[in-house]
This record gives sequence, C-alpha cells and structure tokens, in this order.
Amino acid sequence: MTATVTEPQPLTFDQALESYEPVLGFEVHVELNTVTKMFSSAPNAFGDEPNTNVNEVCLGLPGTLPVVNGKAVESAIKLGLALNCQIAPYCRFARKQYFYPDLPKNWQTSQYDEPIAFDGFIDVELDDGEIFRVEIERAHMEEDAGKLTHAGASGRIQGADYSLVDYNRTGVPLIEIVTKPITGAGERAPELARAYVSAIRDVVKALDISEAKMERGNVRCDANVSLMPKGASEFGTRSETKNVNSMRAVEHAVHYEIRRHAGVLAAGGSIVQETRHWQETTRTTSSGRPKSEADDYRYFPEPDLVPITVTEEWVETLRAELPEPPAERRRRLRETWGYSDAEFRDVIAAGLLDAIEGTVKQGASPAVARKWWMGEISRLANARDLDPAGLGVQPATIVELNGLIEAGKINDKIARQVLEHHVDGEGTPAEIVAARRLEVVSDDGALSAAVEKAMAENPDVVEKVKGGKLKAIGALIGPVMKETRGQADAGKVRQIVLEKLGVEG
Amino acid sequence: MTTTPQSLIRLTAAQMAAKLAAGEITSVELTQAHLDRIAAVDDTINAFLHVNAGQALETAAGVDKLRAAGGTEAESLHPLAGVPIAIKDLIVTKGQPTTAGSKMLQGWMSPYDATVIEKIRAARLPILGKTNLDEFAMGSSTEHSAFGPTRNPWDTGRIPGGSGGGSAAAVAAFEAPLALGTDTGGSIRQPGAVTGTVGTKPTYGSVSRYGAIAMASSLDQIGPVARTVEDAALLHELIGGHDPRDSTSLPEQVPAFAEFAANHDVAGLRIGVIKQLQGEGYQAGVLARFQEALDTLREAGAEIVEVDCPSFDYAVGSYYLIMPSEASSNLARYDGVRYGARVLPEGGPLTIERVMGATRAAGFGDEVKRRIILGTYALSAGYYDAYYGSAQKVRTLIQRDFDAAFEAADVLISPTSPTVAFPLGEKLDDPMAMYLNDVTTIPANLAGVPGISVPGGLSEGLPVGIQFLAPARQDARVYHAAGALEKLLNDAAESPLWAQIPALVPAAGAGPDASRPAAAAPAFTPEVGGAK
Repeated sequence: MTATVTEPQPLTFDQALESYEPVLGFEVHVELNTVTKMFSSAPNAFGDEPNTNVNEVCLGLPGTLPVVNGKAVESAIKLGLALNCQIAPYCRFARKQYFYPDLPKNWQTSQYDEPIAFDGFIDVELDDGEIFRVEIERAHMEEDAGKLTHAGASGRIQGADYSLVDYNRTGVPLIEIVTKPITGAGERAPELARAYVSAIRDVVKALDISEAKMERGNVRCDANVSLMPKGASEFGTRSETKNVNSMRAVEHAVHYEIRRHAGVLAAGGSIVQETRHWQETTRTTSSGRPKSEADDYRYFPEPDLVPITVTEEWVETLRAELPEPPAERRRRLRETWGYSDAEFRDVIAAGLLDAIEGTVKQGASPAVARKWWMGEISRLANARDLDPAGLGVQPATIVELNGLIEAGKINDKIARQVLEHHVDGEGTPAEIVAARRLEVVSDDGALSAAVEKAMAENPDVVEKVKGGKLKAIGALIGPVMKETRGQADAGKVRQIVLEKLGVEG
Repeated sequence: MTTTPQSLIRLTAAQMAAKLAAGEITSVELTQAHLDRIAAVDDTINAFLHVNAGQALETAAGVDKLRAAGGTEAESLHPLAGVPIAIKDLIVTKGQPTTAGSKMLQGWMSPYDATVIEKIRAARLPILGKTNLDEFAMGSSTEHSAFGPTRNPWDTGRIPGGSGGGSAAAVAAFEAPLALGTDTGGSIRQPGAVTGTVGTKPTYGSVSRYGAIAMASSLDQIGPVARTVEDAALLHELIGGHDPRDSTSLPEQVPAFAEFAANHDVAGLRIGVIKQLQGEGYQAGVLARFQEALDTLREAGAEIVEVDCPSFDYAVGSYYLIMPSEASSNLARYDGVRYGARVLPEGGPLTIERVMGATRAAGFGDEVKRRIILGTYALSAGYYDAYYGSAQKVRTLIQRDFDAAFEAADVLISPTSPTVAFPLGEKLDDPMAMYLNDVTTIPANLAGVPGISVPGGLSEGLPVGIQFLAPARQDARVYHAAGALEKLLNDAAESPLWAQIPALVPAAGAGPDASRPAAAAPAFTPEVGGAK
C-alpha cells in the first residue's frame, strides 16, 4: 500500500511560509484521574502488572454491561466550562465500531453527534505574551483502548512475530478536545501548537481531573496540518500526525509537516489525506494509514446506556467550583510578585508556581520563596533526580527556615545544611537546629574566650591589626569560626576583636 | 396423596415449595426426581445442553440441612428455596459452561454470575442445568442451536418454539418446574405458547440483563418460564428489581405479582383485542381458541373492546432492522482473540484479520451470519437513516399505538403465535416465514411493555397460547389477566392444559442415546384432574 514514492524534499520553513498559510487543528485526548474506569469498577491506575486492572466489564466478556462513571461526567463538564463551552443538557454515548485486538468489544464507546460540551474557546499565551484565541469545536467523553506491543522487526501489527495486549488501559476515561480549524497563526503555527497543548495541560491540571503527564500518555495530541496558498480561503488537504506526546514534539511535528506539505505542493504534487507517525529521532513524520471520509465506523447510539441529562443546577454547582483559569492566575501572580519575565518563566518551567504561591501565602516574601525553591531546593531535587515540587518540602518548612535566619539563629550556610537534613527526614528545621546544635553562637562569653585564644595563638596578626592593617583581621576571625564550628556570626566576631584591641573598625 | 418421584415432578413450583416448607419432602428428593426425569427423557427432548447434577444436589442438601436445623435461618429461607430451576444457556453461570447455543462459546466458562443467577443462588434454588436455544437466541424454533434441535414434548416431531425452546420444553416435559428464558422478540412467550406452558416477558428494565448474553440490547429481557401463572409470578418476584450494574434497570421495587395472579376477578377489566393481530395468517384452530378465551373472559365480566394499532403492521420490518443492527455490534466481540473458539485460517499468512475472519466463519451458524450481515448493512454510512433511523421512528409510532390502546383498555390480548408448533425443518429454509411467526410478540419488545403467554387450549392436539400485554411497569396486570384466564379455562376443562400432555413418544431418529440410561424412564401418563 505504501509504495516507495519518493516525496519531494521539504522546503525550508521560511520558504514554506512565503507561499502558504498553515491551517492547524488539534485533537487532544486527556486521560482522567478517576479512581475507576469509564464504564466499569476496575481500577484506573498506571504502571501495574499487565492485565491486572481489569474485570469482566472492561474485558467485554459476554453478558456484561457498562455503567457510566459519574465522576468522569463531572470532569467532562468542568473541562467544558473551563474551555468556555456550551454544556449539552442531554447527550448520549455511541458505539464506534471497528475490529482491533486492543478493543475487547470491537467497538469503542464514545460520543458521536452528541458531545457533552461544544462551541468553546481557549486563550493561548504565546512566548512573548501575545494571546491567541483557539476555538473549540467540542469536548466529548470516551474510553481508552488497550495497549498493544508488537514483537518483531516492524514494531507494527503487520509483520509482527506476535503481539501482546495489556487491557489495563482499556476503559480508562478519556475526554477528547477537538478544535475548530485554526487559521492566522502564520509563522507562529509551531509555537502556537506547543502553547495550545501546554494551555490544555495547564487547564486539566488546575481542574485536577488528570495526572496530565504527557510522558505517560495522560495527554496525547493528534496534530492536523494543511496548507493553503496565501490569500486563499479554501483549506488544503490535511494530514493528521498521531500521538505526539511531548510539547516540544508537537512544535516540531507541526514545523516539519508545514515544510513537508510545502515541498509536495511546490513540486506540483498533492497531499494524501492520511495519518502520520511522529519519528522523534529524525524529527520527521512517516506515512501511516490512509484516512478518508469513507471510513465507516457504523456509529449508533449505545443501547446499553441511558442518555445523560445534565441539569442547570449541576452545571452551576460545578461552575462555582472552578479554579481561577491558569492564564489569569499566572498574570496575577507575576504582577503581584514583581518577578522579571525571565524569572517568572523559569518558575513556570520548573513547575514551582504552586509551591512558591503556597510559600508566599504562608508569609514568606516572593523573593525569599523564589530564592529557596529555585535555588537550594531545586539543587537538592536535581541531585536526587526528582522534581523540586516532588521533593516533599512544604511551604511551611521554608517559612520556618527563613524565620530562623531572620531571628539570627542560623545563617544562610547553616540553613542550607538544615534543609538537606530536613529532606533526609531528620525533622523540622527547629528540631534539626536543636538536635545538631547548629544555632549561631552569639553568647559573648564563649565568643570572647575563642577570640582571646585566637589572639594568643597569633600574636603577629594582633600586631598588624593594632598597627592599622585591618585587612589582616580575617586571620583572627577564621580560627574563631573554626573553634565555634561555623556557628559564630562573623560580624560579631570582628566586632569583638576590634573592641579587644581598641581599634576603630 | 402419596408422593412418588413421578407425582413430585408434576406438582407446581408453589406446591413443591409448600411441601418443602412443611417438611413433607426434601429438596434432595425433589432435585433427584428431576435429574432422573432428565436422564429418562432428555435424550428425546434435548432440552438440556448441560446438566448440573452435583451442584444442584449440593444446593438441595444445603437447603434441607437449614430446614432441618430450624431457627431463624430456616425461617428466612426464600419461599422457593429448594425448588429446582433450569437456566437458558444464554445466561452466564459460574461453574457451568455457557454456550449461547453456539460453537463460538463451546467450552467457555464464565468467571462471573449473571445478576439473576446471583439472586437464584442467594435464594438457594438448585440449578439443574443449562437449556438449549437457537444460537445466540436467534430463531423461533431452537433448530438453529449448534447442538441439535430441542423437540416439543407434545409432539417430538415438532419444534418447541424459540429461541427458548429448551426452557419451555424442559418445563412442559416435567424436567424442571421453573426455568429462565430471555425474550427479544418473543423467545419466552412463543415457546410457552407452543409447549402449553406460561412465559413472561417483563417490562424492559424490570429484570436485570447483567449476565444475559446480548443479542439486541434495547429489546432483550430475562423472564420466567413455568407451568402456571402463579409460578411465573413467584419466579418473576425473585429475579426482578433494580440492579446498579444494568444502566437500563428500573428503580422500582418488585410488586407481589403472585397476589395479582391469585386475583381471579375480571369483572370490569377492560381487555383490548388488537385489530392487527388476528385474521389472515392465523390458523383457524388458533383463532377458535382465541375466540373462546374472549368469550370466557366476557362471561366472567370482562369488558372486551377492540383497539387499533396501525403501526403494528410495520413491527416485523422495524424489528428485523433494529435487532440485527444491535446484534451485529454485540456479536463483534467473538473474534477468537480473548476467549471462545479460535480458528486458524488454512494457507496464507497468519494475520489477525484472517484469524478473526476464520474464527467467525467457522464459529457462527448461518442464521447468526445472516443477521450480522443484515445489521452491518443497516448501520453502514449512507444507509443508517433509511434503515436503522426509520426503524427507530416506527418504534416510536408503535409505542404511541400502545399508549393510545392503553387509554381504551387495561390489558391487550392476542394469540401468542399465529400457529401451533410446526414440524421440525418446515421453515428452516425460509427465514421470512420464520420471522413472520414473531408478528404477535415483537410489538411488546419494541415498546418495552410486558407480555405473558398462557395456555388457551389445544388445536389438533397441540397447545395454543393466549398473550396478554400491559403498559410498561404494569406487569402485575398481565399476571392478573393471565391468572384469571388460566383459572377459568382449567375449571372448564377440569384440568390444567399441561396435565393433558401425552406420554412421550420418541420421534423417528430421536432414539435414546446409548450412553445414557433409558431404562429409568417412567411411564408418562396424564394426571387428569391432578395437581390443583
């Protein structure tokens, strides 16, 4: 079927944009974080032994019947509202029928012409802060398929020696978000693609309806690209690059497809409507299954499920529970905290917005919160190969640690050690300071004795200082700090030395 | 009266339950009597695909032990505890095979019990085994079973109806006092009619479908099969009620149907005769018995009215689009990948498509394939609106006809089947003739309303069934009307119809299987004026 037709060389991106206007469209699948599956009581969990999170319903055994997961419907309504969609007061599931071994019933229960949410939009923020509005066609509920692993050289079902199927993912609740065709992005189309997926991920995270980990397939993107000559209004033939599973890859895939389409069109060829596979290693796409309007899934309303009715009260209850939209929240926090654009971007990239906001709420200044989270905590996390947010440090701990510094009980260097001990599970900062006797030595008697000792051991230095060479004083402070195991306040030590020698500082 | 095994099995389920409760008989005796009967006659009848002797006797012994011990546990036993039951092999059971009458599922063991089976186990009814059916319940004669036809105990050269011919024949031949059936287009009622037994199709959603292997999800319904209206009502009470595992299950509590069955007063009951379900295509003998039933009810004080249901003329056409459409989808799962039959294609590459194709080609019988092809076609893009869509519109019109009819009548009445049992093989090569046999029963499934078939006498020595229909959720009305007619006809005949069944005469070519003992077969004599 895939004859070895050599496609023309892709144009450069700039060449492509000189002649063509890209039109984008996205289908993003979001796996929900419900406890159980979409239509059965089997656990919805990732990473377990294959075929353990299954029961007779999600295996589609003879006689079984589906029951809709109410929590998943709630998640779908919330997502619909967050995407400014209309919520259907009445909608149904349908059977999308095709034979494939990852579908135990040989149909996928989905929504066809009656999606739960439709006609919405999301404002996507590009890198320079420009807002691009993406229109949402619909968001509908469906179930995930199982996971196939094909043994053999091809890595595909065709030509595999054998294939293994894991039904743990079968029936995991999905929401598929479909955009309307996106025009006008021009040269920023790849950037918009990344920003759009990022914005959707932010929304589902803020709603807490998905783990939203792209590397686990919680959020999966199918990117549709077509080109039309500049100034035209009729869309060209599109390709659909399936399952592009990182934001960077989405950007690259759109970038590549624009170049590829332009190459084909510029050579007088025509684009085949087909699915494409993203190749991460070469950053290109390869031909998949031809897709035509003739695909016949024989949809019909799922007779085993009753229609879903969504009352206005239910919608309003859920609307009231919606969190602040992520983009608005970011704008508000950046303004309040006074970070530079670069600083704020780093915070977002590190995934520390929540942690810093929490720390500020507990009483730390935005600067202090940023210093700790972006500094020492990130370093410790990095050394342990963890996310900073996943290190287990609570905002309250940072506030407590900072309080100890401000009270003069420990200095910055000690505070960093305390934090590390805390991460190692030694208790709260105060407990660690007490247990390890890390408190700054500010007792004049003890310090005075240590200074006396240092002066007695370094008479030459004493003479130099007395002679006005104040720079030499460090040679006395050093031994004192050593004597007090670093817990002395260096400024204080200097002051005592000067007093004892009767020298003006 | 003395209780011999032969007389025991001729009791009604209610009578068996009373004798068990009174300690006159044990469940082990009762269960053994039925197992012996199965051993004696089932080589001829072929009602059972699997006999579950060990488990049935174990359950029976458990009931006897509880009863003997007395106390609260004995008192809290279900009234039907210890009364054996047979299960249509479309309903999944742990510990016994479930085949759906198909080679596709030969040897498959369900890892879970249907909801109705859970209820039957909880109530401690010994399960005698699984009964024969048309493959995946597709047929009106049980001739489409992959495991041979079931024979009608009234005349073993004739069909026992279908798809639930096994359950109906088992009950008619005293192999079981009770059975479960499923009714998608008449599969409980029509076999009830042609075997002289009682069968109810409950209101859609009033009995959980969880664990009933789906043919057409929007039409399928599990229901009781028995020899008396009271027995059917008792079993319906046991299996009914809301099930959270079936989204289409109704929330209502189950009424005391048996009380309605015992109310024989029909004075003032408005009974609607459906204009469209009589006349051409109905055998004269069937119409004669039907007219007698009407006369009997009128004499007893019922008000007989005629109702017009014009859309019923399109019921069979609508049904034979909706049913195969849903069936084509429901049966897609049988592909050889996970369970059941797997057939490897001969020659050529061993691809998944070819294994699925070979499995389905070999595993399904012709009638199943016919319906899958029909349904796949009806749902195809470009045809959906004309076929499936139009059929759904007809369905709405039929529901409206029912609504209007139930304004004028409390229950509706018709012959259950246009004909008495036809000879085996007669319609096997004429699917249209077979399909038209369901003309009387199909409207109830399309509208989701309850229906019952009750014996209405004999025509040329073969049973004729009378069907009552009621509005959705008013199953109690069909028990009331059917219970009354049953009483009136039994009183007039001085015997229940089922007691007039002739002794079993093996049909030509249906001789006993040499591997099973035939010597134990008791004489099969009618008990005139017996058990009531």
